[in-house]
Amino acid sequence: MVTGQQCCNGILTFHSRNSYALSLTLIPEEIWSTERVCEGPPKQPNIERRRAVKKAISGIGLLMLLVLVAALTITGAPRHSSPPADTILLNAAGATFPYPIYSKWFDVYHQKYPNIQINYQSIGSGGGIRQVLAGTVDFGASDGPMTDEQLAQAKVKILHFPTVLGADVPTYNLPGMNVELNFTRNALADIFLGKITKWNDPQIASANPGVNLPAKDIVVVHRSDGSGTTYIWVDFLSKSSQEWSSKVGKATSVNWPVGLGGKGNEGVSGLVQQTPYSLGYVELIYAVQNKIPYGKVQNPAGKYIKADLASVTAAAAGVANTMPDDFRVSITNAPGATAYPVSSFTWLLIPSKIADPAKRDAIKGFLKWMLTDGQGYNEGLSYAKLPQAVVAKETKAIALIQ
Amino acid sequence: MGTHPQVVNQRGRLRSPAVFLRRLSDGDAIAHFVTLTFAASILLITSLLVYELWINSRLPRHAFGWRFLFTSVWDPVFSHFGALPFVYGTLITSAVALIIAVPLGLGAAIFLAEMAPRGLSDILAFLIELLAAVPSVIYGLLGIFIVVPLVRDYVGPFLKSTLGFLPLFQGPCYGVGFLTAGIVLAVMIVPFIISVSREVLLSVPPDQREASLSLGATRWEATWKAVVPFARTGILGSVFLALARALGETMAVTMVIGNDPKISASLLAPGYSIAAVIANEFTEASGDLYLQSLIELGLVLFLLTFILNGLARILIAATETKGMASE
Repeated sequence: MVTGQQCCNGILTFHSRNSYALSLTLIPEEIWSTERVCEGPPKQPNIERRRAVKKAISGIGLLMLLVLVAALTITGAPRHSSPPADTILLNAAGATFPYPIYSKWFDVYHQKYPNIQINYQSIGSGGGIRQVLAGTVDFGASDGPMTDEQLAQAKVKILHFPTVLGADVPTYNLPGMNVELNFTRNALADIFLGKITKWNDPQIASANPGVNLPAKDIVVVHRSDGSGTTYIWVDFLSKSSQEWSSKVGKATSVNWPVGLGGKGNEGVSGLVQQTPYSLGYVELIYAVQNKIPYGKVQNPAGKYIKADLASVTAAAAGVANTMPDDFRVSITNAPGATAYPVSSFTWLLIPSKIADPAKRDAIKGFLKWMLTDGQGYNEGLSYAKLPQAVVAKETKAIALIQ
Repeated sequence: MGTHPQVVNQRGRLRSPAVFLRRLSDGDAIAHFVTLTFAASILLITSLLVYELWINSRLPRHAFGWRFLFTSVWDPVFSHFGALPFVYGTLITSAVALIIAVPLGLGAAIFLAEMAPRGLSDILAFLIELLAAVPSVIYGLLGIFIVVPLVRDYVGPFLKSTLGFLPLFQGPCYGVGFLTAGIVLAVMIVPFIISVSREVLLSVPPDQREASLSLGATRWEATWKAVVPFARTGILGSVFLALARALGETMAVTMVIGNDPKISASLLAPGYSIAAVIANEFTEASGDLYLQSLIELGLVLFLLTFILNGLARILIAATETKGMASE
C-alpha cells in the first residue's frame, strides 16, 4: 500500500507541474466547498486536516477583511471630516530651504480657507524643477532660478515668484579667539580657491586690524550635498572673482578646488565646530537659530555687513528697480550701502497656464495672500521679508497666470 | 509496483482530478507554486534593477564610454563626470573595515563559541545581534563625536610619528577621511561576522573537537586546527556578507569620510564613496547628464558588488577543494 501511494504521488507531481493554471483556478472551490466526497477509510484523518486548513484560511480571510475595513476607514476619515464643499488639493514640491515658512503658510492658509489644501514635499530644488517640468505637481519651488535651457523644455511657460529671502554666512573656528572677523570678497574667493592657505594671510589680516591671526592652515568646509545654499555661496564667489567664475562656476554642487564636505547645514557647522582653524558657510537662519557666531562680509559699497533680516531685505531692495520681468535675478553683491552681499531670493515655479479653473483661482488667491498677510509670518521664522517694490511687481505678475 | 507500471500509470491518469485535488489540499502543489513565485520574483527584481540602471544611464555611457570609470574629475558645472575617486574610496574604506573587523570578529566568535560558558555566550550573542540592528545614522553620529576627534588628536598623530615613513600615513590629518570611515564601517560590520561565525562554529560536529583532543591537542590547537578549518566556508560567508554591507553603506560613511572626490595614498586624507555621492547629490541633480551619471555610479556599485561576490565564490570553492585534499 505504501509503495502504491508513492507511485501515485510520482504521477501526480508530474501532473500538477503541468497544470498550474488549473490548480490556481481550483484552489478556492476546493477549499471553500462544504460538501466533500469521501472515498475510503484512509481519508478520515485527511478530512480533519482539511477542516483545520479551512478554519485557518477562513481566519486569515477574516483578518484580511478587518484590515481592509480598517484601511478604508482610515483613508476615508479625512473625507468625512473636511467640509462639504469640494476640496481643492494642490500638490507642490521643491526646495528644502524655505520648507519651514512654506509649511507654516500652507497650514495657516488651509485654516483660513478649509477647502484649499496644499501638499508640499521638500525634495530639493532640482527635484522641484524636474517635477514642474514633467507636470507631476501643480507648482514647484527652487532656491536657484531655472536656466534658459530648462525653461525651453517646459510645455507651458513657467513663471518665477520670489517668496522669501535667504542668505549665507561665513562661520569659522579659531580656538581661543572670540572675534567677529571681516572678510573681503576677494579673500573669500581666494580661500575657497585654495590660493589663501593661512589665517594670517595679508588679505585677511588687512581687513581685521588689531586682530592677532594665527599662522595656521585654513581648513575649508563646504556642503557635500547639492543645495540652494551652495548655489548662493558660489554665485557670490563667481561675481566676486573672475578666476572662480571661469574655473569653478556656479551650480547647486560644484567641483570644489579645496576643502572637506559636510552633509547639510548641520554637517558643515559640525565639521567647523570640531575642526580647529576651519572656515565654512551655512544658511543665516541656521546660524541664528543655533547661535553659531559668524563673520561680516564686505559689500560692493566697501562696507563690512553683518547678515541679519534687515541687511538681507536691503539687498533685495537694491535690485528691485533693475529687476527683470521674469524675476530671475541674482541679488548677490547687490548695490546699496547696507545690503548684505551673499543674499538670494527663493522662488515658487508656477505654470502660466492652468487648465482647472478651481486650481488656478486657488493658486492665484494663495499668491496674493502670501505677498501681503503671508509676509507677516516671515520674521518669526527668521526669513527676511520681500521689499515693497518687489511685492508690487509680483502682484502685477499674478495676472499672467491663466 | 515495478511490475505493472502501465496499469498504475493509466489508473493514476484516470483518477487524476480527484487525486490531484487531494494533493492540492495537502498543500504540496500550493507550496511548490508559492515558493517558486517568491524565488522567481527575486530574480525578476534583480533583473529589473539592472535594466533600469542600464537604461537610465544611457547619456553618460554614450558621452564618456569607459572613460567614466577611469577619469577622476567630477564637475557638475562643466559636465565632466568620472567615477574613479568614488570607486577608489569605496574599495579603500571597505578594505580598511575588513582588515579591522575580520580578526576582531573572528576572535570574538571563537571565544563565544568555543571558550565562553554557554549562558554567557548566548547573552553576548543576543547583545551583538542588537548592534546589527542599530540604524547607520547613529553610527555616523558616534563617528562624528567620538571617532573623528580620536583620529584627529591621537590616532592620526600617533600613526604619523610611528609609521609616517609609509605614504599611507602622511599629510594633514583632519579627523575625517578613509581611516575614520573604515573604522566606523568596521564597528558596523563586526556584529555580522561575530553572529554568523559563532553559529557556524557552534554547528561544527563535536567529533571534530574530540578527535583532535584525543590525539593530544590542547584546547586552542583543537579549535584553531580542527574546528575553525571545518567552519571555514561559513566564516568566509560571514565576511562577504559584512563586505557587502560595507560597500553599500551610505549615511555613516558620508558623515565621516570628508566628501572630497580625490584619490590620495594617505588613509588620513579625506575621500568619497559611491553610495555617499549618490545620496548627497541625487536630490539636486538638475541636468539630465548629471542625473544619469549618478545612476551610472549606481550601476558601477552594483557591478562592483557583483564582481566581489563572484570572487568570493571562487575563493570559497578554492579553499574547499584545498581543505578536502589535506583531509
